[in-house]
Amino acid sequence: MLENLIVFVLASFIGFEVISKVPQTLHTPLMSGTNAISGITIVGALMAAAMVGGDWAKWLGFAALIVAAINVVGGFLVTDRMLQMFKKKTTEKSS
Amino acid sequence: MIATLIDLAYLVAASLFIVGMKRLQSPATARQGNRLSSIAMLIAVVATLFVAKILTPVEMLLGMVIGGGLGALMARRVEMTSMPEMVGVLNGLGGIASTFVASAELARYLSLSENTASTLVAVPFDVPIGITILLSILIGTVTFSGSFVAVGKLSGKISGNPISFPGMRLLTILMAIAAIGCFVVVSMNANAFPAEVQPVVWCAIGLVAIAFLLGILLVIPIGGADMPVVVALLNSYSGLAAAATGFVLDNTALIVSGALVGASGLILTKIMCDAMNRSLLNVLIGGFGGDEAAAVEGGTSMDGKSINETSAEDVAIMMTYAEQVVVVPGYGMAVAQAQHQVRELADLLQAKGVRVKYAIHPVAGRMPGHMNVLLAEANVPYDHLYEMDDINGEFDTTDVSLIIGANDVVNPAARHDKASPIYGMPILNVDNSRNVVVLKRSMRPGYSGVQNELFFHDNTRMLFGDAKDSIIAITNEVKELE
Repeated sequence: MLENLIVFVLASFIGFEVISKVPQTLHTPLMSGTNAISGITIVGALMAAAMVGGDWAKWLGFAALIVAAINVVGGFLVTDRMLQMFKKKTTEKSS
Repeated sequence: MIATLIDLAYLVAASLFIVGMKRLQSPATARQGNRLSSIAMLIAVVATLFVAKILTPVEMLLGMVIGGGLGALMARRVEMTSMPEMVGVLNGLGGIASTFVASAELARYLSLSENTASTLVAVPFDVPIGITILLSILIGTVTFSGSFVAVGKLSGKISGNPISFPGMRLLTILMAIAAIGCFVVVSMNANAFPAEVQPVVWCAIGLVAIAFLLGILLVIPIGGADMPVVVALLNSYSGLAAAATGFVLDNTALIVSGALVGASGLILTKIMCDAMNRSLLNVLIGGFGGDEAAAVEGGTSMDGKSINETSAEDVAIMMTYAEQVVVVPGYGMAVAQAQHQVRELADLLQAKGVRVKYAIHPVAGRMPGHMNVLLAEANVPYDHLYEMDDINGEFDTTDVSLIIGANDVVNPAARHDKASPIYGMPILNVDNSRNVVVLKRSMRPGYSGVQNELFFHDNTRMLFGDAKDSIIAITNEVKELE
């Protein structure tokens, strides 16, 4: 438990360091991108769904899997869609 | 051996998440960064498939295909204008996923007592595990219901006005106390669980209901103008929910990723609060800002002053012979979907030698950086976009400021009118420019519900109508001016 807490606190500091330098232009993609990362819960969902347990555990895990998968796939794709628009103009401009 | 490899895979995934987020610091590398993050997610998922010695691969695949398919469909269909709602929905789903996982874990403990044939080593249910499970349920469910209230407000299905009723604050406090009570009861009964089922399970179920209500109670009194803060805050919650799930499952990948997201959301929350010069507490309990529709239909005068109306033709002349034009986009532009027409007009002006810049206020739109995305959609080069601090000094040398559906972020009352609810909020100093043209549907005040004194200034001209139609009309007039 203590180890987990240490990892959590250190990771938070890294998060602050990395994110505070992101320009305003990219705040929306940042948000949907980190949101997709929070879909890491899918790992927990997979574990829950795969464990031998009662029906309840299985169905709850299955439900978690579906919503987490929406979060992950939707999040990354929509972020990519946004970032694509930012990217396109650099090439246009340089040409 | 396998366990070590899996842990290493999680370490790789966590590192890639950090590198991926770091790449988001520049538009040039951002897309690559997002791809790195998604690869990291793939690594984490594949590693997990090994950990769990899948017993029902069909169901698992089915779940991922259904969820992934829905997610992909949403991502492809969503309009850039509705991005805040999309992020809100995804936040909420991320939250409820955590609740489901924590509940499944609880259910697993229950079945362990009946059935010892588990593939995983059973760790005894103790106080820390009980608390982490409840924490995961609490944060996840609050994120879920809070996000969907925010989505309702963003899409106009729930009034953007702060909603409040007598005793609401008391009810919120009671709910919070009840939630704490659940933690206490579970802690006291943890060691007897799962032999002694009732207290723990009922507390968990009760907590879901309490947290659901709490999420609603926390977001519903917040006005529409503060939605950028709320969306950012909920983003942070969804990360914390994932981290809490990590504590439940003793999984480093979840803890690290969740912490990263939590920190990121918190920073954005702070940036949004600073942009409005308000504290987070003030936003959360404030109840400031309402719907445009709900605000009073304003007259054409304020303190006896009157407004100047203008025509598309006049605006076209003014802009064509200007040296510098600054476009100030607001949510009105987004609603009218006028971003493409705005770019067209800007291109035309630039071809005639006019410098065109875009001034972006941090809270323009409905979520952090929303306006930048809308303009990017219309292929506006991002180096033409200027943040508030970079452009404010330039308004003195600007001939025309073209305000498209922005209200509060250009209201000079924020600088001097201590009675105004937006007093102290940093604004774009468009009133320093030689001419100000405001495109607006009517004299209705903006999201904060405050009338804008800028509209009554001598150098301000109003062009009423749908932003898209007005821009098209101006563009046509500019074309005539050869």
